[in-house]
Amino acid sequence: MATRSRFRSDPGLVARMTLTMFLIGALYVAFIAVLLSQGVSTVVVVIIAGGLLFAQYFFSDKIALYGMGGRIVTPEEAPELHGIVDRLCALADMPKPRVAIADVDMPNAFATGRNPRNAVVCATTGIMRRLDTEELEGVLSHELSHVAHRDVAVMTLASFLGVVAGLITRFAYYSGLFGGFDDRDDDRNGAAPLIVIMLVSILVYVLSFILTRALSRYRELSADRSGALLTGRPSALASALQKVTGEIARIPTRDLRSAEAFNAFFFTPALSNGFSISSLFSTHPPLEKRLEQLARISVQLGQPVA
Amino acid sequence: MGLFDTLLGRTKPAKPDLDALFALPSAAITLEAGMQLKPTGVGSVCVKPAEGAGFAGLREQIDQLLAADNDKYTEVTDGFGFSWITREGDPGDLADLVTDLHSVNASLADAGFGPALLCTLVVFSGDGGPPVGLVYLYKRGTWYPFVPTGKDRRDNSRELQVRAVLGKDLNVETDLSRWFPVWGAPGL
Repeated sequence: MATRSRFRSDPGLVARMTLTMFLIGALYVAFIAVLLSQGVSTVVVVIIAGGLLFAQYFFSDKIALYGMGGRIVTPEEAPELHGIVDRLCALADMPKPRVAIADVDMPNAFATGRNPRNAVVCATTGIMRRLDTEELEGVLSHELSHVAHRDVAVMTLASFLGVVAGLITRFAYYSGLFGGFDDRDDDRNGAAPLIVIMLVSILVYVLSFILTRALSRYRELSADRSGALLTGRPSALASALQKVTGEIARIPTRDLRSAEAFNAFFFTPALSNGFSISSLFSTHPPLEKRLEQLARISVQLGQPVA
Repeated sequence: MGLFDTLLGRTKPAKPDLDALFALPSAAITLEAGMQLKPTGVGSVCVKPAEGAGFAGLREQIDQLLAADNDKYTEVTDGFGFSWITREGDPGDLADLVTDLHSVNASLADAGFGPALLCTLVVFSGDGGPPVGLVYLYKRGTWYPFVPTGKDRRDNSRELQVRAVLGKDLNVETDLSRWFPVWGAPGL
């Protein structure tokens, strides 16, 4: 039986994402090459960074839930939320993730977990109060798309290099401070490579930071796209985005500043655990870009039956 | 979903399997023999309506298709925004009901809305207990029983009994976590 599909992929988005991933990979190779040429024993650094990311990868669901104050809820406690997730999972043919609610007034939702079997989808009470069922469904299908795309695994892998480079920068800085840069003759040979390593690491860190942010934005657009196609209601997701970002824009500055301080506290902001719907941080594409894409999908869906 | 689709964030919408619906009439005979459950003649298709003229136009076509027959036909939208296209026919002629439901499914899939199909539900009753719904999940190609007994409560033992009776005739969903409840479905 011939089945037509209205659900097309976006080759341009895929191409941009592939290029970004390629650049991150190329940066990996170049960085390792420089480290080796400078004769650095990178084993320690890689083990420390690997340990951090291993924990991040395996406990991403628990870390993110704890960070947001989320609580796993049963179908009896939250029948509406569970009902929406049930139906979306049946439509998309994916295993049902655990469902959590965070008692926070800020409208937000996130999905986390290293694979679809260990995933958690969490919504705040703020978003559930502000959005109607259709809009909430749009937001949840966006989060479920993150789960299907395994975004936690992909972004953890992509941000690995940035973490290594950041660690080396710090190591080099402290060893320079405590004995690298003094005038003793026998240390002169060691000082020059240390500065090179530090400068290269800073450069790698910055580049990797920019690239992972770009990758994150592309994956947000992908999740918007898949989510909108799953529900067949791109306009509901668009109106949810407008409501959520409009609400965030109205939060008093004190809250915003404390949110920023919290973010800066992290070793690298690219380490964030969840993929949230709000465009508070630059890991998300600008609202106009997301709305524009959703409008395009809406037009495609509206084409009459041939 | 392949590795590249995962890496590039391209989920392919799950394709529905429509033909497994025709296994139902023979399973109904087993169900009657095993549990004295008979079809009530009520069956429905649950679909997530997409926005825009494409879906609205299709809905008109389906209306015309079903109105040509004399059987009762209704359409309701539930609290989750899903449409239930319900068909109420002759309880004795399950094959006719299945054909009607299949034609609804096929016109949706042919117009490119196959991924929007959620499930098909056919209702059985007659042994004195609460009515039993057999739910067909298009994307999995599997069936499962659903027996609601009140608000947000379902009779799991009765459901397991149905599974035991039908295990050989229908492809029953093995993963129990996928036996999604459909509260307030028509005919239950």
